[in-house]
Amino acid sequence: MEKKTLFDKIWDAHVIKSIPDGPDVFFIDKHFIHEVTSPVAFLNLEKRGTKVMFPERTVATPDHNVPTIDQDKTIKDQLSRMQVEKLRENCKRHGIDLHDLGTDHHGIVHVIGPELGITQPGMTIVCGDSHTSTHGAFGTIAFGIGTSEVEMVFATQCIMQAKPKKMRITVDGTLGRGVSSKDIILYIISQISASGGTGYFIEYAGSAIRSLSMEARMTICNMSIEMGARGGLIAPDETTFNYLEGKDLAPKGEAWDQAVAYWKTLKTDEGAEFDLEYHYNAVDIEPMITYGTNPGMGVKVRESIPTTEGMKESVKKSYIKSLDYMGFKPGEPMKGKKIDYVFVGSCTNGRIEDLRTVAEFVKGKKKADNITAWIVPGSREVEKKAMEEGLVQILEEAGFKLRQPGCSACLAMNDDKIPSGKYAVSTSNRNFEGRQGPGSRTLLASPLTVAAVAITGEITDPRDLIEELALEK
Amino acid sequence: MAYDKFDVLTSRMVPLSTENVDTDQIIPARFLKATERKGFGDNLFRDWRYDSEGNPKPDFVLNDPTYEGKILLAGRNFGSGSSREHAVWAIYDYGFRCVVSSFFADIFKNNCLNIGVLPVTVTPEFADELFAAVEADPSAEVEVDINKQTITLLSTGRSESFDINSYKKQNMKNGFDDIDYLLNLKTEIQAFEAGR
Ligand code: SF4
Repeated sequence: MEKKTLFDKIWDAHVIKSIPDGPDVFFIDKHFIHEVTSPVAFLNLEKRGTKVMFPERTVATPDHNVPTIDQDKTIKDQLSRMQVEKLRENCKRHGIDLHDLGTDHHGIVHVIGPELGITQPGMTIVCGDSHTSTHGAFGTIAFGIGTSEVEMVFATQCIMQAKPKKMRITVDGTLGRGVSSKDIILYIISQISASGGTGYFIEYAGSAIRSLSMEARMTICNMSIEMGARGGLIAPDETTFNYLEGKDLAPKGEAWDQAVAYWKTLKTDEGAEFDLEYHYNAVDIEPMITYGTNPGMGVKVRESIPTTEGMKESVKKSYIKSLDYMGFKPGEPMKGKKIDYVFVGSCTNGRIEDLRTVAEFVKGKKKADNITAWIVPGSREVEKKAMEEGLVQILEEAGFKLRQPGCSACLAMNDDKIPSGKYAVSTSNRNFEGRQGPGSRTLLASPLTVAAVAITGEITDPRDLIEELALEK
Repeated sequence: MAYDKFDVLTSRMVPLSTENVDTDQIIPARFLKATERKGFGDNLFRDWRYDSEGNPKPDFVLNDPTYEGKILLAGRNFGSGSSREHAVWAIYDYGFRCVVSSFFADIFKNNCLNIGVLPVTVTPEFADELFAAVEADPSAEVEVDINKQTITLLSTGRSESFDINSYKKQNMKNGFDDIDYLLNLKTEIQAFEAGR
């Protein structure tokens, strides 16, 4: 029998037709939509006189553009309000489930999908958002699409896609203290660059990956796009099944048993071939931070910014432009740089585990005076749990402000903007120029590193504080 | 949405050699608030093109009258980041029909082909040659021929062929989009769905 990768198995099961020297007609099980990339798709659909073919396969939530305070009131920003109202109108007209502001399952689209149990192994999932790759943590093929394709999914539940090449990244071993899945992915991207995954779909494997919780796996798959890959996935296992069991929309009873039996077949066959493979050791990974304007520009927190030695002229020009924007110089150490803001949130690290990590670390301490600290839960459910578990109180006592769910400062479409020239250490996924507001300077790191920065007010290796703490105790 | 057919394009180039230009630079998130596809060209490269008061920055290439044309000559790894098709709308609406680079981000390239902007991938050497040519003579022209799948620097006659699958090529030549094709498969799609 032909040996197949996990990716092949799911992909091949969703091809309705292959066009010679062209793309595949690819069936989509679940389609997530939000207020920013859907309105034009709905508009064009109507111009064409077409309806949504399978409305029950689409789920909507407003997240990108929503305020994170006073969500129960009318949205002040007129354009944002119009986008959210359009989404409501469109969902109503086409019979699409909407998790609106203030409802129990409102939140960032990539946080609520898994929470509700919509995201399940073996599925194909798309959304007009590049971080759709998050859902790959469940052993699904999930990737971002453009608005034209959103319209295609509405009209036909299919898109036209050429099958990407396959890459496997294996991380074996045990992670050190203070090192998290965010550090794994920032490390990998720093190794293979922000474009090293272009044209590929990645499978993450190895003992270090298998040992991770579902939330930590989502963080890794989420950032697959930051190395240019269309998406990344992890074979489902007991951790996956345990996470899904009992979730609102997960199968129940006999259907559950059948589903699990199928899900257990979803793994790469021994000897199946990948177009490209990378291997890493968990022991080489340490807390990471970015210093430039793409996620590939990352180093270990205790290291310095790389020098330009040996760089090609064209590369050097862009490199210096990037460092100039950040206000950094080649060769400078990262540790000790003053920071103005910390942001904990986004579909990368805005889940309950992330809030727990931060709360545990800052408990009984106070944030530094120079730091403004924002925490934005990824969903209402995260917010609710954080309250029930007493995390909110701990965080507020430490000087953090907890806002309401949404994308918030991850892309700064709403009012949550980092001011021009200021430095923010963020748990989000992009450090592009102006990503967190015009002129803002973003450094990406794990929730633990962000917590440490919040306390000291400068770039800090969280392990230094863990050690100090251990000594105090 | 249908778009203008693409056949043979002869044009000058606008050079932007910066590498890793992400979609947040092509169109910043705060300009994604529209519910219609209108006016995106005005905000193409917004924060590189205008200062915070809205005045054009003279050193940015789009503000430099020396350069013009329907071809954007871009640096390596162009269009990385977000899936926002708005980035390509901005490029198209500004007046570009073709982007040339030695390396494109995936989703961006896909989006280009879906709305009628031709992404042409050239070798790094040819990209360097094109940058050198336009620097030496801003009126240097290239010819992009989708039929022959070639890009030619007219002053030297140097030419390279580029990849595009025959399905997308037909679409670009006819100004078609995928939905027309997919809608014809309705029965097959419904049968497939029923089996899931
Ligand atoms: S949190 Fe950030 S990355 Fe995630 S969906 Fe929202 S804007 Fe995109």
